[in-house]
Amino acid sequence: MALLLKGAHVVDPAAGLDGVLDVLIDGERIAEVGEGLAAEGADVLDLSGKYLVPGLVDMHVHLRDPGFEHKATIETETRAAAKGGMTAVCSMPNTNPVTDNGTVVEYVRACAERAGHCRVLPSGAMTRGLKGEIISEMGDMVAHGAVAFTDDGRGVQGAGMLRRCMDYGKMFGKVFMSHCQDEDLVGDGQINEGPVSTKLGLAGWPAEGEELQILRDIQIARLTGAKLHIQHISTARGLEAVRAAKAEGLPVTCEATPHHMFLNDECIDGTYDTRLKVNPPLRTAEDAAAIRAGVADGTVDAIVTDHAPHADWEKAREFEYAPFGMTGIECSLALVITNLVKTGVIDYGRMVELMSIGPRRILGVDPVSIQAGSVADITVFDPTITWTVGADGYESKARNCGFDGTEVTGRATDVFVGGKQTLRDGVVL
Amino acid sequence: MSFNHKHLIDITEYSDTDIMTILETAKAFSAVNERAIKKVPTLKGKTIVNMFNEPSTRTRSSFELAEKRLSADSLNFGGSSTSTVKGESLIDTVMTLNSYKIDMVVVRDKHEGAPYIVTQHTPAAVIDAGDGKHGHPTQALLDLYTIWQRFGHLDGLKVGIVGDISHSRVCGSLIPALKIVGAEVTLIAPGTLIPMNPEVLGADRVSASLDDVLPELDVVYMLRIQRERLEGAPFPSQREYHMLYGLTEARERLMKPEAIVCHPGPINRGVELDSYMADHPQRSVILDQVYAGICVRMAALYLLLGGADNGLAS
Repeated sequence: MALLLKGAHVVDPAAGLDGVLDVLIDGERIAEVGEGLAAEGADVLDLSGKYLVPGLVDMHVHLRDPGFEHKATIETETRAAAKGGMTAVCSMPNTNPVTDNGTVVEYVRACAERAGHCRVLPSGAMTRGLKGEIISEMGDMVAHGAVAFTDDGRGVQGAGMLRRCMDYGKMFGKVFMSHCQDEDLVGDGQINEGPVSTKLGLAGWPAEGEELQILRDIQIARLTGAKLHIQHISTARGLEAVRAAKAEGLPVTCEATPHHMFLNDECIDGTYDTRLKVNPPLRTAEDAAAIRAGVADGTVDAIVTDHAPHADWEKAREFEYAPFGMTGIECSLALVITNLVKTGVIDYGRMVELMSIGPRRILGVDPVSIQAGSVADITVFDPTITWTVGADGYESKARNCGFDGTEVTGRATDVFVGGKQTLRDGVVL
Repeated sequence: MSFNHKHLIDITEYSDTDIMTILETAKAFSAVNERAIKKVPTLKGKTIVNMFNEPSTRTRSSFELAEKRLSADSLNFGGSSTSTVKGESLIDTVMTLNSYKIDMVVVRDKHEGAPYIVTQHTPAAVIDAGDGKHGHPTQALLDLYTIWQRFGHLDGLKVGIVGDISHSRVCGSLIPALKIVGAEVTLIAPGTLIPMNPEVLGADRVSASLDDVLPELDVVYMLRIQRERLEGAPFPSQREYHMLYGLTEARERLMKPEAIVCHPGPINRGVELDSYMADHPQRSVILDQVYAGICVRMAALYLLLGGADNGLAS
């Protein structure tokens, strides 16, 4: 049965749309977009006052499944993704067993299919077991549906090893996504190195430990011609390196998280709040401002969450023992609306580029657009709802959200994946 | 006299007056320690848990004696017997201790922030007896007490701290405490032993040369070179460290006549100090510091557990 989405403000820079339009979904695809479309037997959903955009994609998510089901499962985290307005996520390979072969890729896709809450685009490990020593079976993983390669959670330590991965894997045309961390320089760093680390006595994680590998990875991308994507960029100088690479015309992109844009290391001062222990760490207020500026000027290509579920008991520990990572997929849209759109840093068109168009382009998956013939992956949100993060609990199995208790504005109300509704009036289906 | 603190963790929450109250109270308790019968009933009926989650002999002994001399009931909990060895979390351990109906927890832990975590899960008062590289406030207070006893005042004194500043929990409390009471602090060490942004702790200046700074100092505070903590060797050899930063008989000529030598112990003879300086009858106050530890800890226990006067009323 066809469905007519009526009266929403449609924003899609790829289709040049920014105004109130009706969208007719028929089956998996969009049948028609226009003003005052007739229902003609279709069900009608009145979306006046809401925004309708090409389905959002979070291209950096830890689903923890297989292997860490006590933290989260593909079922729970894709529910969380739907709640946050996502139509697709890119899963990270640090599962157990590691997603470094076609079998695990196949498992992740099968579980996602069964859950049915959003698309899961699996990334595969760049090196076997994430150990940085042997090239993983990239061809096998691609054959089973992997969309990208990354050793996320670690940087590939050897420049020669990274070169081998890129030189070998570039034949598959997939992007290489780098978690940038020089392990010798960073050591057991816990938070950004600076006044706060000195005050709290916690081991420092210097910005240079990230910047060194960003610079190196750009050089290796130039050498090999492979596509490079810098993950969760957190420092002003790191972003400057990406800006320079783009100016040079290299195929380099980068992503930024809400926590690196809207929080900083001073938030940890005096609290030792382990929810704010993330990797790379929260940097300075100046770094956060630089990342926001990069989002506005086009240097940043995607906003992602690095959604990292952990069990309560794992985080309720001494800071040094607590694992890195916070959840965020249920509030990233709201945080972006609240802190970037409502404040005038970016408009909704740019937001769609960062949270929908950019991620699909980087991952090399088919574009989605609000026009006839496109797959009906659609996110609808109400830009006026004000709510408190975590006040009504989370769909995620985990509760380690660093924004818990923050008041935000804007919330996804309805989501369609391939024409099938996954979120209705804010309720996951 | 008003003293409104429940915990002793972050020394920067204490004012000059608060610190002097502790030192004056410690001085009063010093009289108890000089008696033939070294015990007063001040904390009779109070239960104090010494939760030492990492090995410590000196600090733990000092707290234990202070508790016993004030007649508190104390329970030693930790070391190889800790529940954490069996996999219990710090928070579960604290909640278990709460069920014993305790009044205070003295926390020693190798993890920064552990005493703060304890405060979030217990109604009892908490003293930080050293947490990782973060702080060690009773050590700072006993150092101030020792210096105060020698000079009769603290404001305006020039204090140089020499050695492994970046791995020192003592510095996390001592530097801010010295600033609160009006002293001037210089850190002396090679760059590998200085933390990022030392000014946030209150350091007035940093120097790599002991010889340059030594002539100005009233107090030379030597830190232990903690070899067990220094992975990746921040200096080439003990020999070179001793050559550049060792306080030796040969360097004494650079010191002011009245300058004193402090060390939090245990000392490494021949590394940061030679025996001449460690045992110097006029300059070395290292054993005075150990004694001050008992007096200051008695004062802190008493004041945090609600004492209103100088503790000798009974």
